[in-house]
Amino acid sequence: MIEVKDLVVVRGRRTVLDGFSCSVPTGSVTGLLGPSGSGKTTLMRAVVGVQKVKGGTVTVLGSAAGSAELRKKIGYLTQAPSIYADLTVRENARYFAALYGLEAAHADQVVRDVGLGDAARQLVADLSGGQRSRASLACALVGKPEVLVLDEPTVGQDPVLRDELWGQFRAAAAAGTTVLVSSHVMDEANRCDRLLLIRQGALIADDTPAAVKAAAGTDDLDAAFLRLIRDRGEDDAALATKEAGE
Amino acid sequence: MILAHTTRRILGQLRHDRRTVGLLVVVPVLLLTLLYFMYDGQEQLFDHIALIMLGIFPFIIMFLVTSIAMLRERTTGTLERLLTTPLKRTDLLFGYGIAFGVAAAIQASIASGVAYWLLGLSTQGNPALVVLIAVTNAVLGVALGLLASAFARTEFQAVQFMPVIAIPQILLCGLFVARDQMAGWLQAISDVLPLTYAVEALQEVGKYTDATATMWRDLGIVAGAVVLALVAASLTLRRRTA
Ligand SMILES: Nc1ncnc2c1ncn2[C@@H]1O[C@H](COP(=O)(O)OP(=O)(O)OP(=O)(O)O)[C@@H](O)[C@H]1O
Ligand SMILES: [Mg+2]
Repeated sequence: MIEVKDLVVVRGRRTVLDGFSCSVPTGSVTGLLGPSGSGKTTLMRAVVGVQKVKGGTVTVLGSAAGSAELRKKIGYLTQAPSIYADLTVRENARYFAALYGLEAAHADQVVRDVGLGDAARQLVADLSGGQRSRASLACALVGKPEVLVLDEPTVGQDPVLRDELWGQFRAAAAAGTTVLVSSHVMDEANRCDRLLLIRQGALIADDTPAAVKAAAGTDDLDAAFLRLIRDRGEDDAALATKEAGE
Repeated sequence: MILAHTTRRILGQLRHDRRTVGLLVVVPVLLLTLLYFMYDGQEQLFDHIALIMLGIFPFIIMFLVTSIAMLRERTTGTLERLLTTPLKRTDLLFGYGIAFGVAAAIQASIASGVAYWLLGLSTQGNPALVVLIAVTNAVLGVALGLLASAFARTEFQAVQFMPVIAIPQILLCGLFVARDQMAGWLQAISDVLPLTYAVEALQEVGKYTDATATMWRDLGIVAGAVVLALVAASLTLRRRTA
């Protein structure tokens, strides 16, 4: 369970999140959607406890985000692959496994799970873009986390791999893991239990994919997304004109 | 446990980078050889300068290597990720200290071996003490490199810290002008720079057969500076960033 309450985050001169609240239930896959620059990565950073926050609280599994006991239970995939380019895939996975006190054999298994069995001995610097993202993903999964925070985990992957990876996220959730995934792909959003729609740092929908579609009056999630984002945009524009007139 | 794995990981990164390992070993040897030919026939002068250089090379090289390595951890996002895991900040800092300390021990042993056996360096004291001081100096370079990387956002900035941190220490350590002949205020600055003590310790090994109390005191001061720099570095290593 992740609970975010009245979260305020200022980055540079921008207030990225301004009184943001939401909750992510245990044992489910929650999708975080929103336009580029809307604050998805910022929210995830706050959840894993590396984001400076100005106000509000983030509670994960009952503890404050970033606390020492939580760090054993969290797996975080950063948006840009963050692994050591001058180590092999296997060495990376084994190192991150070791941080959680897990053995090398387990790390090797996770490397195979993300489809990198054949590339395990390759230096990360020599991998293709999609392989590199999966190597980074392996390092997030390797700690057997109870909370998985994945920032665009399937970018650059082919449809078969994407399907396999989503199978793994669903399996993790079925085993009780809380999964928070950001994505720009609506086909993936359809595979989530719940969706959080975020626009300019504000939550504009928090529901099941079916309910989001129903609210927008369409069965196509792409269309629903466009409608919700644009409608709100028009509301804001109307409000701005009105305020300017007064 | 995590410290041991982190040390191994850093050494593993070094191992995959053959050219860097080659440079670490070869560069000090080449520079000492250059000194040997420069001071051809002036053995005393060579002994004096080569001995000090054995302590200064590891300091400069490890400072550079560490500040770039740590900056890479920051810019590639691995640092941010590590800080979400059970790793403690001291695991990372000491991991760098130990890993590059080991690399420096190999480097200093080879450089000293070449200096004593091939280039005819002679000191009154034990060469092992020279290696010990060189390694302590290297670890000082690592600690200052970790600290300096916090103030650099790019590699260009990071390499600029080398002249800022290293060159004043080299100029004022007593190599170019004896410390007792410096103006009072220069001597006062020299007094607070750790490299001054490392150089004095090396000179003690050059002059006396047995390890002197001054040498041990100087080595202790350098070690103290390492601890101070590591503490300061850990303060700059913030878990939460903007
Ligand atoms: N380090 C930073 N300093 C200042 N502003 C930042 C910083 N990082 C991000 N921002 C700003 O914060 C806002 C939210 O960024 P964030 O990375 O959370 O967006 P996002 O929803 O993840 O976008 P994307 O889908 O493109 O990944 C953006 O407007 C961005 O410009
Ligand atoms: Mg993002």
